[in-house]
Amino acid sequence: MATKEAGRGPASYKPLSMSPKEYQQFAKSRQPSRPVFANCVRAFLVGGFICFIGEGVQRFFMAAFDMTSRQAGNPTVAVMILISVILTCLGVYDKIAQWAGAGTAVPVTGFANSMCSAAIEHRSEGLVLGVGANMFKLAGSVIVFGTVAAFFVGIVYWILGVSH
Amino acid sequence: MLQGRRTWIFDKPPVIVGTGTVVGPDEGEGPLAGDFDLVHPDMTIQQPSWEKAERLMLEQASDIALSKAALSKDKINFYVGGDLINQIISSTFAARTLGAPYLGVFGACSTSMESLALAALLVSTGAARYAMAGTSSHNCTAEKQFRYPTEYGSQKPPTAQYTVTGAGAAVVATEGDGPRITSATVGRIMDLGLKDPFDMGSAMAPAAVDTIQAHLQETGRDPGYYDMIVTGDLASVGHPIAADLLKRHGVPIAETQFNDCGLLVYDIAKQKVQAGGSGCACSATVTYGHLLKRLASGQLKRLLVVATGALLSPLSFQQGESIPCIAHAVSIES
Repeated sequence: MATKEAGRGPASYKPLSMSPKEYQQFAKSRQPSRPVFANCVRAFLVGGFICFIGEGVQRFFMAAFDMTSRQAGNPTVAVMILISVILTCLGVYDKIAQWAGAGTAVPVTGFANSMCSAAIEHRSEGLVLGVGANMFKLAGSVIVFGTVAAFFVGIVYWILGVSH
Repeated sequence: MLQGRRTWIFDKPPVIVGTGTVVGPDEGEGPLAGDFDLVHPDMTIQQPSWEKAERLMLEQASDIALSKAALSKDKINFYVGGDLINQIISSTFAARTLGAPYLGVFGACSTSMESLALAALLVSTGAARYAMAGTSSHNCTAEKQFRYPTEYGSQKPPTAQYTVTGAGAAVVATEGDGPRITSATVGRIMDLGLKDPFDMGSAMAPAAVDTIQAHLQETGRDPGYYDMIVTGDLASVGHPIAADLLKRHGVPIAETQFNDCGLLVYDIAKQKVQAGGSGCACSATVTYGHLLKRLASGQLKRLLVVATGALLSPLSFQQGESIPCIAHAVSIES
């Protein structure tokens, strides 16, 4: 067994002595940062591309079924949701999202992905306690805060006397 | 036996007489593919749930370890195991199949060395003739429990790590052929206030450093005593931080090869795993598969495995708690 002499060798190894603040700064200078600019560019391109497809679908409904742009809105959203759900089920959507970031999260396709992925994930716990209870696990907060926001916007409209 | 405050020097060093490693498709595409006993080409392994797939891998790993040790299930006195899933169910179900007396442990990703250290302690003190240490993790069960549904499209930052899909088991015996477990140092909780669950390497680095320093101090060894000191899953963010911390505290870590299982298991330049691997199976499969093969071939003679664990729960980080971390060290010599 090696002897423990003070001043050199293992006995002299100082114990870890850093305050949390010091360490957080130490670690921060060594952490790679998120590529914010590249993420913005990708989100712009992919988000824009999804909207471009949506626009194409809408034009199709307007031309093929003689709809107004307002009438074509709902079937267009349904088609976009269907595409998103199919891509989620094929296991592709999350791979695109890792590259695209907010580009795939913000459009309606992201909302569909959040519900579909939760439903698939919790299918093993049954239809009621699994799929039913967990489907809105991620989408639920969008609905809650969307409704709350709509309430306050409605109040502003009422105060300003704006009505349809 | 006990040396210093928290190091066990095994007077009768127990022997690892058999190991089993099972991994999933991503690990099978990594640089260590040839060192694993069984590589599954898909994540589901024809099971109806991710949890069942993880359990099956652990059962397969323990079967392989037993067959390599030429032992039947009923020879195992104690099975020491744990995993990442709530109430460590993967290990419990695997223990049900094994039918061995069972000690469940939880050390998050440090479970691999926590279980091996305890198995070695049981065997070396005469409390067991044969003990098995086992652990598992599955990328999809971990994502489901700690993050989001697996198919949810969220963008992970470059500091995030990719949970290894796999399982590792080792049979520890009083005597036989194989590498010997010579000592173990038990970690303490280190929490320096980091809160980002997508950067566990930075959170765990101080725990690894603390355990390495304690191990070297209490055994009176220099880093150069070991051919390799390998951390569990610090990956490309945490590992350089740990190396810098060691240098800063006067530990000549350059005397040895200082590596990390999370960096070894994947080709992080090519595979989409962000900073590298993590999970219980990361250090378990790399140690029991790759590193013990290098010990057997004589490329390494003395190895110190420092398995790191981030002991957070989804509840604790959502409530704004920081991430408590730990690291357990086990020395294995040929």
